[in-house]
Amino acid sequence: MEDQYSPEYGPSWPDRRVERLLGALVVFVVGLLLALIAVVIVRAWPSFAHNGPAWFGPGGSVEDQLNAISLSAATGSHYIYTFHAWPLIWSTILITGGAVLLALFAALFVSVFIVEFAPGWLANVLQPVVRFLASVPSVIYGLIGVVVLVPFIGNHLVSEEQKASVAGVISLTGYSLLAAVTVLTVMIAPLMVSIFSDGLRAVKPGWLEGSLALGVNRWRTVWKIGVRSARPAIVAGTVLALARAIGEAVMLAMISGSVAFAPNPADGLIFIYEPSRPLAPTIVKNIDQLSSPPFNATLFSIAAVLLFAAATASLAGHLARRAMRKYGAA
Amino acid sequence: MEASISTAVAAGHSGAAAPPPPGKHGAAVEGSATWRLGDRIGLAICWGLGLLFCAIAVAVALYLFVQGITYLKPAMLTTPAASGFSQSESGGFSDALIGTLMVATLGIVLALPVGIAIAVWLVEYGRPAALARVAESTIEAIAGIPSIVLALFGTVIFSSSALAFLSRSNEGVVFGKSFFAAGAMLSLVALPLIVASVREGLNSIPRHVREASYAVGKTKAATTRRILLPACRPQVATGAVLGLGRIIGDTAIIVVLLGATQNFGPVEGAPFPLDYLRGVGTTLTNFVYEASPTGNLNQPQKAYAAAFVLLIMILILNAIVDLIHRRSRKVGTWSS
Amino acid sequence: MELLRTPPPIRRLPLPDPEPATEVMAPAGAGFSAARRSIGAPQFSIRRMEVDGVSISYGGKRAVRDVSLPIRQGEVLALIGPSGCGKTTLLRSLNRLTELTATARLEGSIRLDDVDVTLIEPTLLRRRVTMVFQQPNPFPMSVFDNVAYVLREQGSRRARRRTLEPAVHSALQRAGLFDEVKDNLRHPALKLSGGQQQRLCIARALAAEPEVLLLDEPCSALDPQSTQVIEDLIVKLRDDVAVVIVTHNLQQAYRIADHVAFMYLGDLVEYGGATALFGSPREQRTREYVSGAFG
Repeated sequence: MEDQYSPEYGPSWPDRRVERLLGALVVFVVGLLLALIAVVIVRAWPSFAHNGPAWFGPGGSVEDQLNAISLSAATGSHYIYTFHAWPLIWSTILITGGAVLLALFAALFVSVFIVEFAPGWLANVLQPVVRFLASVPSVIYGLIGVVVLVPFIGNHLVSEEQKASVAGVISLTGYSLLAAVTVLTVMIAPLMVSIFSDGLRAVKPGWLEGSLALGVNRWRTVWKIGVRSARPAIVAGTVLALARAIGEAVMLAMISGSVAFAPNPADGLIFIYEPSRPLAPTIVKNIDQLSSPPFNATLFSIAAVLLFAAATASLAGHLARRAMRKYGAA
Repeated sequence: MEASISTAVAAGHSGAAAPPPPGKHGAAVEGSATWRLGDRIGLAICWGLGLLFCAIAVAVALYLFVQGITYLKPAMLTTPAASGFSQSESGGFSDALIGTLMVATLGIVLALPVGIAIAVWLVEYGRPAALARVAESTIEAIAGIPSIVLALFGTVIFSSSALAFLSRSNEGVVFGKSFFAAGAMLSLVALPLIVASVREGLNSIPRHVREASYAVGKTKAATTRRILLPACRPQVATGAVLGLGRIIGDTAIIVVLLGATQNFGPVEGAPFPLDYLRGVGTTLTNFVYEASPTGNLNQPQKAYAAAFVLLIMILILNAIVDLIHRRSRKVGTWSS
Repeated sequence: MELLRTPPPIRRLPLPDPEPATEVMAPAGAGFSAARRSIGAPQFSIRRMEVDGVSISYGGKRAVRDVSLPIRQGEVLALIGPSGCGKTTLLRSLNRLTELTATARLEGSIRLDDVDVTLIEPTLLRRRVTMVFQQPNPFPMSVFDNVAYVLREQGSRRARRRTLEPAVHSALQRAGLFDEVKDNLRHPALKLSGGQQQRLCIARALAAEPEVLLLDEPCSALDPQSTQVIEDLIVKLRDDVAVVIVTHNLQQAYRIADHVAFMYLGDLVEYGGATALFGSPREQRTREYVSGAFG
């Protein structure tokens, strides 16, 4: 089959060869992903093996633990791996969870507004604006956060009594959950709006018209038919935004406060002014320790958790979309 | 019920007595006034959030542009960063600007051919089916990997001694941080966007176009190269531009894989372009990070100036995407 | 001017005593001896809607010019004519769907039970005058939810499935679909066959308890068998709702319509009883059209 042509008559690039070449490239990229997963797990293993499930639990000060890990590298053999990441995990959950929920709510309404209710000229203007905002580098949002929002929260929103009330535990400077959630929301909402509104525009006009022709008003039609049919796009956009938020390292390193502290909702409303540090910024902040073996394992264990979280989100989105396709939504 | 009948009849009579001007005021246009309370509240939220979104967009854009124009001096674009105590002494960010262009070029040069190849394989070949499914999931998974994880992966790969020629090495220890390393990892960030865009383009070409080409004796490879890829040039370009946007906007990979420096650090002894590519450097995103109040430089005015330059680049890229779309719509495609 | 903002339940006029059927059967025309009329003469007819001097234009382009017609319950009215003659536009104006197009303008008046439709709040009007489209467009939900949709969105509280069941079942029965789908009401509607989908759309429209049913070429996307089923269904429905059907299929109009309006280039050329219009058209253009000279 392969060499049925003599070289003079056959094509200079036989299909068979091209297919193999492209296939090899595809296998290479698949292999690269597998290698990435393998490398991250292997590198992270010492940390997980030493800590066990306690890795995810609370206990002691994360900063002290990181210091101990760093110092132990100098001993050459007696590495310390003890690491209880709960404050970082809790901070990640609060910040990404809060931002994604807020952005989801806002983006749903904003995309419905753009697609269905905004006057034509405004919708035309908003479309490129949304895309522009979605492509602004996160570090620029971080810059605005750190120069404008953080001082504003520190100087105007947090009262002196509030600062005094927690003075022994943590200092409230404006680097806070509130700042992180706000800036992260502003960063991921345009991404969601852009994907949601594409989904809404792709809803079959016949479905919307059919609903209107039954005397169902526009709001209900948009909501029950439009948004409902666009659910797969909504899930896809939310998962993408969630992945971005979980993995956002540099911007959150700039404004979350970079203290491994677990804000406690039991403190009352003040907890939104408390600083914290999610998982990904912890890697960035300690990147210069990468060459010390115990620290390397610790940073990779954080990366493994991020990777797992992103993969889980993506898988959940996949399953949700498949379930929604049952009734034939686009 | 009775009352509503009588109002209806009354309305009917008044309507008959003075027929309203058709389609004008007086007609019951569908408005929210007749909707249930819940629907009206929803609509109000919708408008409120929509307008809030506009306000935030305008505020962010205006703020950045005003700050940028205020602080950007042409000299900053041509002078490299220098160590100094005040903002006037510490130079500009020319190295960062050039660095951004370098990683963008490297990243896209790597990602574009690979992305096109994968898309072509997925759409045109795709055998065995199991590999196609795996490949599809792989591309999707790569899109979901946090870039900080890619960066850490990069440190492992590029500090292996086999790849020592891509960065600086010293007494057998490979540094692993270079433009090559950052560019390669950034190409992975751009890859899924390119694959998705090119796939979309290839999928939109109807079957009969391929069959027409096979019918005149072209091979699949020739058809792809001469007919299909030229036909989806707009999607290729769109994917490339979107990928570029992601590459120049990424910070985590730069911070980890390009070395925490503000200047080029070429490798001595290597021939011209390679010495820089194997060396460390900086980009605009890294400069903004370092120059922000939380960074090592802490000179926010220059951070704004650099952010402004970055924004202009993003704007240009977006405009290019728009232009491509409008052009390709004007030219038209096959319609089934 | 008093606007009708009455919330549901929908006001209905008590029907006057039926007039005797107006149309006397005329002898079948020569060209239509092959097509069998599948219906008997109407039992009664009540005038429900009145189209009076209606002209519709889209952005300055006239689509319908000065059309006047009665629409009666107990009868099927067919609008026929070549494509682009404005029959669909006229049909869509009957429940103000034309207003969804921003540039559309309507002159003249359309009345439902002697009330100008522009005085009736559109969602209320569209529940009383529902429409079925050319392409079957069931929503991407289950069969049950499709029919229950309009009931749920009308009620002020979210109704339970149990309470909606009788209404949904009866709508499906009236559309002649119940026996085929009764065992799998939870199945996706989009998995039904084309003919079933279209009958589901009719059931969906009937669930709103309309007074007038508008059908826009409901069979053009269907095979002959499904067409037959739907035609029988339409004839059965005519006593409960006034039926207006747009069709470009002359045989179909002849088979099921009691009155026929022939439109050409936006004008109403001829209106009359089906047998009369097909058998002995008064106008030259009608004669040419029904004998297949153009269109």
